[in-house]
Amino acid sequence: MENLKLKVEKLNFYYGAFHALKDITMPIYERKVTAIIGPSGCGKSTLLRCFNRMHDLYPGTRYEGAILLYPEGINIVGQGVEPLYIRLRIGMVFQKPNPFPKSIFENVAYGLRIKGITNSTELKDRVEKALKDAALWEEVKDRLKENAYSLSGGQQQRLCIARAIAVEPEVLLFDEPTSALDPISTARIEDLIVELKSKITIVIVTHNMQQAARISDFTAFMYLGELIEFGPTEKIFTNPEKKLTEDYISGRFG
Amino acid sequence: MDYKKAERVFSAIGIFCVWFVLIFLFSIAVKLFIDGFHRIFDPKFYISYPSRFPEEAGILSAWVDTIYIMLGAIFWSVVLGIPAGIYLEEFGGKGKIARLIEANITNLSAVPSIVYGLLALGIFVYRFKFGESILTAGLTLGLLMLPVIVVTTRESLRRIPRAIREGAYALGATNYELVFHHLLPYSLGGILTGVIIATSRAIGETAPLLTIGALTFIAFLPPPPWESFIEMLKSPFTMLAIQMFNWVSRPQEAFHKNAAAAGFILLVLCLLLNSISYYLRYKMRKKYQW
Repeated sequence: MENLKLKVEKLNFYYGAFHALKDITMPIYERKVTAIIGPSGCGKSTLLRCFNRMHDLYPGTRYEGAILLYPEGINIVGQGVEPLYIRLRIGMVFQKPNPFPKSIFENVAYGLRIKGITNSTELKDRVEKALKDAALWEEVKDRLKENAYSLSGGQQQRLCIARAIAVEPEVLLFDEPTSALDPISTARIEDLIVELKSKITIVIVTHNMQQAARISDFTAFMYLGELIEFGPTEKIFTNPEKKLTEDYISGRFG
Repeated sequence: MDYKKAERVFSAIGIFCVWFVLIFLFSIAVKLFIDGFHRIFDPKFYISYPSRFPEEAGILSAWVDTIYIMLGAIFWSVVLGIPAGIYLEEFGGKGKIARLIEANITNLSAVPSIVYGLLALGIFVYRFKFGESILTAGLTLGLLMLPVIVVTTRESLRRIPRAIREGAYALGATNYELVFHHLLPYSLGGILTGVIIATSRAIGETAPLLTIGALTFIAFLPPPPWESFIEMLKSPFTMLAIQMFNWVSRPQEAFHKNAAAAGFILLVLCLLLNSISYYLRYKMRKKYQW
């Protein structure tokens, strides 16, 4: 039996008057890859961005319900919870690579620095470890001082992953991480995600159903702000319970 | 074939306008240079006080005061303008009041400078009793520069993509860390450009300074700030443009030569400031490409 890492319970989310997520209830299991799929505008990115309270950056957004983070079971979207604290435990990788216009080293060290780590040997060790875990070390070890924008798109995305895992988060959120990348870079990122799940719980939003089928253990299918079906990936893709899921998986719409 | 003809006419008009402006500016510079030639290359011109003998008169007090006043103006406008710009752009919200403030700040930079002079006369000279001093002059010109700096700060922040802000927040950065580790460093080039452009506009101002009581004949320097900062701030002032204005209004031909020389120096100063800002913008554009 898998351990629960996150539990979404009757989550409703609003952009102003727009009801974007409707009564979502689903589990996220520890050290598994959970994929969220669905057509454009179904709310999958919106759901992902609830996990690290990204919506708090913009006015007029509102959460109802709960997302419980285990082992303690604190409610991520609860009133008294500090988003900063959540973001230190739940990292995020974005759709387009967004490294800071700083050196490669500083990009990875940034999260550590704002956590208060100033010891230069410790910084060096942890940056190296993160870059190795992100399968980027061999390519950048001689050019750590160079600007991150001198890297290719795929390398930039792996740098963003290194930056996110350097602070050792418990959960890592991926928001369509390969949609801006070529097939080879995509394959490397996918391999990386599968490797990372030995240590980190992963939630990934993807447009690409094959990608979800290849790398995820559980899949959630969303449509028009509702969770239609959640289950083991194999089951969702071979024997879905709902007609809507089957239609989407088989490419009849979306 | 008609549109080709129209296009040729259009570019001819464009080229004519560009040359008209350039030749106009160039001829002013040349005229000032020729008229003021003897004084521009006369070292005594830079180390003498004003005098009733045109050959002995110089711009020492004018350029020293200009430096003190401009440093003051830059200080006030930067200290108030950059934080105001950051707040309005990043944290001020996007509601009706924010839009109203935004429109009014943009309008402020179009307000005639004499109005700033009247405001300063009422507030700094009479209300706060700062007197007709270097402090008042610095505050007045600072006020004049403020809207330009607020607007350019906001514009250079707007050029930073949202993804950078989200990236920093996602790592657990606070608002403070976002501003000081990311937004300020990445927008510094644009902000500096704004400061320099505002400075080069303010350095040639006369109207507001005459309003608050600039002197046209000062035969002493303010005490150096490292000896008495307060006395320096309280000391009466003149500026290059004021000195020039005074010389132009004299009947003697020889004073007009002094005016031309002072004008040429002012022009060179403005060109220099603008080229620095141009260079900075170029360097920063190359450094931060998104």
